[in-house]
Amino acid sequence: MTSDRSVITDSLGVGVATGAYGISFGALATASGLDVWQACAMSLAVFTGASQFAFIGVLASGGNPLTGALTAILLGSRNLFYGLSLAPLLRLTGPARLASAHWVIDETTAVAVTRETTRQARLGFYWTGATIFVLWNTTTFVGALAGTAIGDPRDYGLDAAVGAAFLGLLWPRLTSWGTRAIALLAAAVAIGLVPFTAAGVPIIVGGAVAVLVGLRWHVSPEDAS
Amino acid sequence: MTSAWIGIIVLAVGCFIFKLAGLSVPERVLDHPFTRRAADLIPVALLGALIAVQVLGGDHTLVIDARLAALGVAAVLLMLRVPFLPMVLAAAATAALLRLM
Repeated sequence: MTSDRSVITDSLGVGVATGAYGISFGALATASGLDVWQACAMSLAVFTGASQFAFIGVLASGGNPLTGALTAILLGSRNLFYGLSLAPLLRLTGPARLASAHWVIDETTAVAVTRETTRQARLGFYWTGATIFVLWNTTTFVGALAGTAIGDPRDYGLDAAVGAAFLGLLWPRLTSWGTRAIALLAAAVAIGLVPFTAAGVPIIVGGAVAVLVGLRWHVSPEDAS
Repeated sequence: MTSAWIGIIVLAVGCFIFKLAGLSVPERVLDHPFTRRAADLIPVALLGALIAVQVLGGDHTLVIDARLAALGVAAVLLMLRVPFLPMVLAAAATAALLRLM
Protein backbone atom coordinates (compact mmCIF):
# COMPACT_ATOMS: atom_id res chain seq x y z
CA MET A 1 0.00 0.00 0.00
CA THR A 2 1.46 3.36 -1.02
CA SER A 3 1.67 6.05 1.64
CA ASP A 4 -0.26 9.32 1.46
CA ARG A 5 3.06 11.10 1.32
CA SER A 6 4.13 9.29 -1.85
CA VAL A 7 0.79 10.12 -3.50
CA ILE A 8 1.40 13.81 -2.75
CA THR A 9 4.99 13.58 -4.01
CA ASP A 10 3.78 12.03 -7.29
CA SER A 11 1.17 14.76 -7.60
CA LEU A 12 3.66 17.58 -7.08
CA GLY A 13 6.12 16.07 -9.57
CA VAL A 14 3.51 15.74 -12.31
CA GLY A 15 2.02 19.13 -11.40
CA VAL A 16 5.28 21.07 -11.57
CA ALA A 17 6.40 19.45 -14.83
CA THR A 18 3.04 20.16 -16.48
CA GLY A 19 2.40 23.56 -14.94
CA ALA A 20 5.72 24.90 -16.22
CA TYR A 21 4.79 24.64 -19.86
CA GLY A 22 1.99 27.13 -19.45
CA ILE A 23 4.81 29.52 -20.31
CA SER A 24 4.92 28.17 -23.86
CA PHE A 25 1.13 28.37 -24.09
CA GLY A 26 1.12 32.02 -22.99
CA ALA A 27 3.85 33.01 -25.44
CA LEU A 28 2.29 31.11 -28.35
CA ALA A 29 -1.20 32.46 -27.58
CA THR A 30 -0.08 36.07 -27.91
CA ALA A 31 2.04 35.16 -30.96
CA SER A 32 -1.12 33.84 -32.64
CA GLY A 33 -3.04 37.06 -32.10
CA LEU A 34 -4.70 36.82 -28.68
CA ASP A 35 -4.09 39.52 -26.08
CA VAL A 36 -2.68 38.82 -22.62
CA TRP A 37 -6.16 38.75 -21.01
CA GLN A 38 -7.52 36.31 -23.57
CA ALA A 39 -4.55 34.00 -23.02
CA CYS A 40 -5.09 34.14 -19.24
CA ALA A 41 -8.86 33.70 -19.55
CA MET A 42 -8.25 30.53 -21.57
CA SER A 43 -5.98 28.98 -18.97
CA LEU A 44 -8.45 29.86 -16.20
CA ALA A 45 -11.70 28.87 -17.91
CA VAL A 46 -10.74 26.21 -20.47
CA PHE A 47 -7.94 24.57 -18.46
CA THR A 48 -7.12 21.62 -20.68
CA GLY A 49 -3.78 22.09 -22.37
CA ALA A 50 -4.12 20.24 -25.67
CA SER A 51 -7.41 22.01 -26.45
CA GLN A 52 -5.89 25.38 -25.63
CA PHE A 53 -2.98 24.72 -27.99
CA ALA A 54 -5.40 23.50 -30.67
CA PHE A 55 -7.48 26.70 -30.44
CA ILE A 56 -4.48 29.00 -30.88
CA GLY A 57 -3.09 26.67 -33.57
CA VAL A 58 -6.23 27.16 -35.68
CA LEU A 59 -6.16 30.94 -35.05
CA ALA A 60 -2.47 31.08 -36.01
CA SER A 61 -3.18 29.33 -39.32
CA GLY A 62 -5.86 31.92 -40.13
CA GLY A 63 -8.95 29.99 -39.05
CA ASN A 64 -11.88 31.68 -37.34
CA PRO A 65 -12.34 31.31 -33.57
CA LEU A 66 -15.47 29.15 -33.84
CA THR A 67 -13.68 26.61 -36.06
CA GLY A 68 -10.88 26.72 -33.50
CA ALA A 69 -13.33 26.16 -30.65
CA LEU A 70 -14.95 23.20 -32.45
CA THR A 71 -11.56 21.54 -33.09
CA ALA A 72 -10.49 22.15 -29.51
CA ILE A 73 -13.76 20.86 -28.01
CA LEU A 74 -13.43 17.64 -30.05
CA LEU A 75 -9.93 17.25 -28.70
CA GLY A 76 -11.32 17.85 -25.20
CA SER A 77 -13.87 15.05 -25.60
CA ARG A 78 -11.34 12.60 -24.12
CA ASN A 79 -11.90 14.28 -20.74
CA LEU A 80 -15.37 12.68 -20.83
CA PHE A 81 -13.75 9.26 -20.58
CA TYR A 82 -11.33 10.40 -17.91
CA GLY A 83 -14.37 11.48 -15.90
CA LEU A 84 -15.93 8.04 -16.38
CA SER A 85 -12.80 6.36 -15.00
CA LEU A 86 -12.56 8.81 -12.10
CA ALA A 87 -16.22 8.81 -11.01
CA PRO A 88 -16.27 5.47 -9.14
CA LEU A 89 -12.95 6.31 -7.44
CA LEU A 90 -13.62 9.89 -6.38
CA ARG A 91 -17.30 9.27 -5.45
CA LEU A 92 -18.37 12.90 -5.75
CA THR A 93 -21.93 14.22 -5.67
CA GLY A 94 -23.73 17.54 -6.05
CA PRO A 95 -21.69 20.70 -5.50
CA ALA A 96 -18.42 18.80 -4.92
CA ARG A 97 -18.77 17.16 -8.32
CA LEU A 98 -19.56 20.49 -9.99
CA ALA A 99 -16.57 22.14 -8.33
CA SER A 100 -14.16 19.31 -9.17
CA ALA A 101 -15.10 18.75 -12.83
CA HIS A 102 -12.90 21.62 -14.05
CA TRP A 103 -9.80 19.69 -12.95
CA VAL A 104 -10.62 16.50 -14.90
CA ILE A 105 -7.64 16.49 -17.30
CA ASP A 106 -4.93 14.08 -18.54
CA GLU A 107 -2.58 14.57 -15.60
CA THR A 108 -5.06 14.49 -12.68
CA THR A 109 -6.55 11.32 -14.18
CA ALA A 110 -3.13 9.70 -14.60
CA VAL A 111 -2.24 10.32 -10.96
CA ALA A 112 -5.65 9.42 -9.49
CA VAL A 113 -6.82 6.32 -11.39
CA THR A 114 -4.01 4.06 -10.20
CA ARG A 115 -4.97 4.51 -6.51
CA GLU A 116 -6.73 1.76 -4.61
CA THR A 117 -8.77 3.84 -2.17
CA THR A 118 -11.09 6.80 -2.57
CA ARG A 119 -9.03 8.69 -0.01
CA GLN A 120 -5.79 8.35 -2.01
CA ALA A 121 -7.50 8.89 -5.36
CA ARG A 122 -8.89 12.19 -4.03
CA LEU A 123 -5.52 13.09 -2.57
CA GLY A 124 -3.84 12.56 -5.96
CA PHE A 125 -6.61 14.30 -7.89
CA TYR A 126 -6.73 17.46 -5.77
CA TRP A 127 -3.00 17.86 -5.17
CA THR A 128 -2.23 17.40 -8.86
CA GLY A 129 -5.15 19.61 -9.92
CA ALA A 130 -4.27 22.39 -7.51
CA THR A 131 -0.56 22.38 -8.39
CA ILE A 132 -1.23 22.49 -12.12
CA PHE A 133 -4.02 25.08 -11.82
CA VAL A 134 -1.88 27.54 -9.87
CA LEU A 135 1.28 27.03 -11.97
CA TRP A 136 -0.46 26.81 -15.36
CA ASN A 137 -2.25 30.12 -14.81
CA THR A 138 0.81 31.89 -13.40
CA THR A 139 3.10 30.69 -16.18
CA THR A 140 0.51 31.51 -18.85
CA PHE A 141 0.49 35.12 -17.63
CA VAL A 142 4.31 35.30 -17.62
CA GLY A 143 4.54 33.69 -21.07
CA ALA A 144 1.87 35.99 -22.50
CA LEU A 145 3.67 39.10 -21.21
CA ALA A 146 6.95 37.83 -22.64
CA GLY A 147 5.24 36.98 -25.93
CA THR A 148 3.95 40.54 -26.41
CA ALA A 149 7.29 42.10 -25.44
CA ILE A 150 9.50 40.42 -28.03
CA GLY A 151 8.21 41.77 -31.35
CA ASP A 152 7.80 39.45 -34.37
CA PRO A 153 7.28 35.93 -32.97
CA ARG A 154 8.68 34.38 -36.15
CA ASP A 155 12.14 35.80 -35.38
CA TYR A 156 12.16 33.57 -32.30
CA GLY A 157 10.77 30.52 -34.08
CA LEU A 158 7.58 30.63 -32.00
CA ASP A 159 5.43 29.61 -34.99
CA ALA A 160 7.57 26.48 -35.31
CA ALA A 161 7.25 25.84 -31.58
CA VAL A 162 3.48 25.25 -31.95
CA GLY A 163 4.10 22.22 -34.19
CA ALA A 164 6.69 20.91 -31.72
CA ALA A 165 4.23 21.36 -28.83
CA PHE A 166 1.57 19.36 -30.70
CA LEU A 167 4.11 16.64 -31.46
CA GLY A 168 5.01 16.51 -27.78
CA LEU A 169 1.34 15.99 -26.90
CA LEU A 170 0.89 13.37 -29.64
CA TRP A 171 4.10 11.41 -28.94
CA PRO A 172 2.98 9.38 -25.90
CA ARG A 173 -0.15 8.29 -27.83
CA LEU A 174 1.80 6.76 -30.74
CA THR A 175 1.96 3.41 -29.00
CA SER A 176 1.14 1.14 -31.96
CA TRP A 177 1.71 1.03 -35.71
CA GLY A 178 -2.02 1.51 -36.13
CA THR A 179 -2.11 4.82 -34.22
CA ARG A 180 0.98 6.06 -36.09
CA ALA A 181 -0.77 5.29 -39.38
CA ILE A 182 -3.91 7.13 -38.21
CA ALA A 183 -1.89 10.23 -37.26
CA LEU A 184 -0.14 10.18 -40.66
CA LEU A 185 -3.42 9.67 -42.52
CA ALA A 186 -4.99 12.64 -40.71
CA ALA A 187 -1.91 14.72 -41.56
CA ALA A 188 -2.00 13.69 -45.23
CA VAL A 189 -5.72 14.44 -45.67
CA ALA A 190 -5.33 17.79 -43.90
CA ILE A 191 -2.37 18.80 -46.07
CA GLY A 192 -4.25 17.78 -49.20
CA LEU A 193 -7.16 20.04 -48.24
CA VAL A 194 -5.15 23.16 -47.33
CA PRO A 195 -5.10 24.65 -50.86
CA PHE A 196 -8.84 24.14 -51.40
CA THR A 197 -10.67 24.88 -48.15
CA ALA A 198 -11.05 27.62 -45.55
CA ALA A 199 -8.47 27.61 -42.74
CA GLY A 200 -9.41 25.25 -39.92
CA VAL A 201 -11.46 22.94 -42.15
CA PRO A 202 -8.50 20.67 -43.10
CA ILE A 203 -7.89 19.90 -39.42
CA ILE A 204 -11.47 18.84 -38.68
CA VAL A 205 -11.98 16.91 -41.93
CA GLY A 206 -8.53 15.27 -41.77
CA GLY A 207 -9.16 14.27 -38.16
CA ALA A 208 -12.66 12.94 -38.91
CA VAL A 209 -11.56 10.85 -41.91
CA ALA A 210 -8.72 9.29 -39.93
CA VAL A 211 -10.99 8.48 -36.96
CA LEU A 212 -13.54 6.79 -39.26
CA VAL A 213 -10.81 4.76 -40.99
CA GLY A 214 -9.38 3.81 -37.60
CA LEU A 215 -12.78 2.63 -36.36
CA ARG A 216 -13.40 0.69 -39.56
CA TRP A 217 -10.02 -1.05 -39.36
CA HIS A 218 -10.20 -1.58 -35.60
CA VAL A 219 -7.05 0.37 -34.87
CA SER A 220 -6.22 0.37 -31.17
CA PRO A 221 -3.44 1.88 -29.01
CA GLU A 222 -2.00 -1.61 -28.51
CA ASP A 223 -0.72 -3.77 -31.34
CA ALA A 224 -2.87 -6.84 -31.85
CA SER A 225 0.14 -9.17 -32.11
CA MET B 1 -11.01 40.87 -31.23
CA THR B 2 -14.56 40.19 -30.04
CA SER B 3 -14.89 37.01 -32.09
CA ALA B 4 -11.89 35.55 -30.26
CA TRP B 5 -13.73 36.12 -26.95
CA ILE B 6 -16.80 34.32 -28.32
CA GLY B 7 -14.59 31.42 -29.42
CA ILE B 8 -12.97 31.27 -25.97
CA ILE B 9 -16.37 31.25 -24.20
CA VAL B 10 -17.75 28.52 -26.49
CA LEU B 11 -14.57 26.51 -25.93
CA ALA B 12 -14.66 26.91 -22.15
CA VAL B 13 -18.34 25.87 -21.93
CA GLY B 14 -17.87 22.94 -24.34
CA CYS B 15 -14.84 21.57 -22.50
CA PHE B 16 -16.54 21.94 -19.10
CA ILE B 17 -19.62 20.04 -20.28
CA PHE B 18 -17.45 17.08 -21.36
CA LYS B 19 -15.55 17.11 -18.06
CA LEU B 20 -18.71 17.26 -15.94
CA ALA B 21 -20.58 14.71 -18.07
CA GLY B 22 -17.84 12.13 -17.51
CA LEU B 23 -18.19 12.44 -13.75
CA SER B 24 -22.00 12.48 -13.86
CA VAL B 25 -23.20 10.00 -16.50
CA PRO B 26 -23.71 6.39 -15.34
CA GLU B 27 -20.75 4.39 -16.61
CA ARG B 28 -22.79 1.85 -18.59
CA VAL B 29 -24.23 4.58 -20.86
CA LEU B 30 -20.89 5.47 -22.43
CA ASP B 31 -18.62 2.59 -21.55
CA HIS B 32 -18.98 0.81 -24.88
CA PRO B 33 -15.95 -0.54 -26.79
CA PHE B 34 -16.89 1.58 -29.81
CA THR B 35 -16.97 4.88 -27.91
CA ARG B 36 -13.78 3.92 -26.04
CA ARG B 37 -11.98 3.31 -29.32
CA ALA B 38 -13.29 6.55 -30.81
CA ALA B 39 -12.03 8.39 -27.73
CA ASP B 40 -8.56 6.88 -28.16
CA LEU B 41 -8.44 7.77 -31.85
CA ILE B 42 -9.79 11.35 -31.77
CA PRO B 43 -6.74 12.96 -30.08
CA VAL B 44 -4.30 11.02 -32.29
CA ALA B 45 -6.07 12.04 -35.51
CA LEU B 46 -6.67 15.68 -34.55
CA LEU B 47 -3.11 16.20 -33.32
CA GLY B 48 -1.75 14.61 -36.53
CA ALA B 49 -3.82 17.01 -38.64
CA LEU B 50 -2.93 19.99 -36.45
CA ILE B 51 0.80 19.29 -36.75
CA ALA B 52 0.60 19.00 -40.53
CA VAL B 53 -1.30 22.26 -40.99
CA GLN B 54 0.80 24.08 -38.42
CA VAL B 55 4.09 23.05 -39.98
CA LEU B 56 3.31 23.04 -43.72
CA GLY B 57 0.29 25.32 -44.04
CA GLY B 58 0.49 28.73 -45.70
CA ASP B 59 -2.19 31.02 -47.08
CA HIS B 60 -4.04 28.39 -49.16
CA THR B 61 -0.72 26.82 -50.15
CA LEU B 62 1.82 24.46 -48.67
CA VAL B 63 5.13 25.97 -47.63
CA ILE B 64 8.33 24.13 -46.74
CA ASP B 65 10.47 26.30 -44.48
CA ALA B 66 12.26 26.40 -41.13
CA ARG B 67 9.16 25.02 -39.37
CA LEU B 68 9.72 21.57 -40.91
CA ALA B 69 13.34 21.47 -39.75
CA ALA B 70 12.16 22.48 -36.28
CA LEU B 71 9.65 19.62 -36.26
CA GLY B 72 12.44 17.21 -37.23
CA VAL B 73 14.53 18.42 -34.30
CA ALA B 74 11.52 18.02 -32.00
CA ALA B 75 10.99 14.42 -33.18
CA VAL B 76 14.64 13.50 -32.57
CA LEU B 77 14.55 15.05 -29.08
CA LEU B 78 11.32 13.21 -28.23
CA MET B 79 12.96 9.95 -29.31
CA LEU B 80 15.78 10.81 -26.90
CA ARG B 81 13.15 11.38 -24.17
CA VAL B 82 13.94 15.06 -23.74
CA PRO B 83 11.18 16.71 -21.60
CA PHE B 84 8.46 18.88 -23.14
CA LEU B 85 9.71 22.38 -22.39
CA PRO B 86 13.38 22.01 -23.50
CA MET B 87 12.12 20.13 -26.59
CA VAL B 88 9.80 23.01 -27.59
CA LEU B 89 12.51 25.61 -26.90
CA ALA B 90 15.03 23.69 -29.04
CA ALA B 91 12.52 23.52 -31.91
CA ALA B 92 11.91 27.28 -31.69
CA ALA B 93 15.66 27.95 -31.57
CA THR B 94 16.19 25.77 -34.66
CA ALA B 95 13.68 27.80 -36.68
CA ALA B 96 15.04 31.11 -35.36
CA LEU B 97 18.64 30.19 -36.26
CA LEU B 98 17.72 28.95 -39.74
CA ARG B 99 15.96 32.26 -40.42
CA LEU B 100 19.01 34.20 -39.27
CA MET B 101 21.22 32.42 -41.79
